[in-house]
Amino acid sequence: MSFVRDTWIIFERSMLLALRQPEWVVIGLMQPVLYLTLFGPLLQTIAATSGFEGDAWQVFVPGLLVQLGIFGGLFVGFGIIAEWRSGVIDRQLVSPASRAAIITGRTLRDVVVILVQAIVLVGAAFFMGLRVPAGALLIGLVLVALLGAAFSFISNAIGMATKSEDALAPIANTLALPILLLSGILLPMTLAPAWLQVVANFNPFKHIVEALRAVFLGHFSDPIVWIGLLLAVVLVVIGAWVGSRVLTAQTK
Amino acid sequence: MKPQSHPFQPIRRMPAVLIAVPNNDNEAQVTNTIIEAKGLKRSFKAKGAKGKTIDAVRGIDLSVREGEIVGFLGPNGAGKTTTLKMLCTLLKPTDGSATVVGADLRRDPVEVRRRIGYVSQAGSTSPEARVGQEIVSHARLYGIDKQVAIQRGKELLAALDLGEIWDRTCGSLSGGQRRRLDIVMGLVHQPRLVFLDEPSTGLDPQSRANLWNHIRKLRDELGTTVFLTTHYMDEADSLSDRILIIDHGTIVAEGTPTELKKRVSGDTITLTLRSEADATWASQIAGRLQGADAPATEAHVVRFHVPDGATALPVLLGDLTKAGIDAIGVDVNRPTLDDVFLTLTGRSLRD
Repeated sequence: MSFVRDTWIIFERSMLLALRQPEWVVIGLMQPVLYLTLFGPLLQTIAATSGFEGDAWQVFVPGLLVQLGIFGGLFVGFGIIAEWRSGVIDRQLVSPASRAAIITGRTLRDVVVILVQAIVLVGAAFFMGLRVPAGALLIGLVLVALLGAAFSFISNAIGMATKSEDALAPIANTLALPILLLSGILLPMTLAPAWLQVVANFNPFKHIVEALRAVFLGHFSDPIVWIGLLLAVVLVVIGAWVGSRVLTAQTK
Repeated sequence: MKPQSHPFQPIRRMPAVLIAVPNNDNEAQVTNTIIEAKGLKRSFKAKGAKGKTIDAVRGIDLSVREGEIVGFLGPNGAGKTTTLKMLCTLLKPTDGSATVVGADLRRDPVEVRRRIGYVSQAGSTSPEARVGQEIVSHARLYGIDKQVAIQRGKELLAALDLGEIWDRTCGSLSGGQRRRLDIVMGLVHQPRLVFLDEPSTGLDPQSRANLWNHIRKLRDELGTTVFLTTHYMDEADSLSDRILIIDHGTIVAEGTPTELKKRVSGDTITLTLRSEADATWASQIAGRLQGADAPATEAHVVRFHVPDGATALPVLLGDLTKAGIDAIGVDVNRPTLDDVFLTLTGRSLRD
């Protein structure tokens, strides 16, 4: 099937390019570790006093993983704008390659990069005292990958639709801030007043974070787990659909 | 057919015989026409004003024969790039139809994509990427086997004097090298027709001349049909077998460079004199020359056209001497494509 083959070709090229910039890979790997070492200790005391269930790492690492998926994907659109400027996107659009593959191949590269960062994060967290079942880590990585894919699709789509860094930056920030504040990533939403909790319930990421926290506590049969995973899959489907549409519209 | 090293070659060949798949490369072209466009039109929605549209290309007809180098010449904003992008499937025509290398542009753009090469003025490679990897990756999007792509890429690089750059990053190449690499990218799937969008923009004079030689070689040695846009008349003049001049979204003239220049009434003679009084006198004398048009006088300078500057000049200078007028400068100019454009549109290409 040409979509699969083309996606692989585009992925391979993007992956090689990503590996060619070691400084960027190192920065990407450093970030989660910095979060753990510089922010994690603060959480130790908060976790003990606030409404969290479980120890600091069980609460904090799921939030960090979700955040990694969101932010790891949300800003990749800058890359596709640069590629468009250098003529690479038009060059691929003028080839018989599947339009969806042109964006999916790049998104797969982003997912791989985010997954590597997530594994480093989890590994570092283990050394700092995170103890969870292996199945929980696996579900965590799946969720990060899904979120990364959804946001990478969206970010690449916005990048191609606007073709302007000046437009992408504020759009990405505007998306990121409410998602972050209303997700309970940094503080539990149980601390919030009632009205804020109602608002937060409309934020799918709140449920995704809760799903992962439940899994980290070993509550695999909690229905929130399935809700969280389902929401993440729906986000990927929406992202892929929007992304493919934007790429197809490039030659309209 | 690509070289087969597979031991089961006969079995692999079987289906091809049974289904009798036509080989596009050998398909006999009855008309020998490689691009045929009729009423090709493109309008854009105007920004701000609701419902208003801007007609970038207003229904153009054009045909290109196989093996030609056709120059698409016009000022910036005339609709050159829009037309090119339509023929390359990067923009959908609002109206009209076209057949490109035997495939219908509107019904089967994917087939058109398989058969053409496109070299954008924006480039084709990432600065951080290695040359070889970009070539191979691009070739594979056309279903070309990796080994074949490597071999073909290296041959093309050598043909364009880019021998030893396979492992270099694209960003480390000079402007001229990078442009030739773009052409290699556009040719790696061996298209019969290649589109070049403003190929020499931003290159220094030496790299331009070098690039032109390579474009000519492309046609002479590979038989590739070249369709190029340019706003440089020297480029159109020295490269093209045939020129299409576009202005305000329509084709205003078409012909070989020589044919087009014949449309301009002869050579231009420019006289510079000592004073305005002399200029007025000189313009009257010049106007009496055989075949001359009405001279235009601007301060000390008189400009007019004659059918043949070389024979008119001695006569003119003799007449001026007789009248006691001293010309301090004389210039005879053969017509350029810019004069053609000026004659056709009343504006200069340089504007």
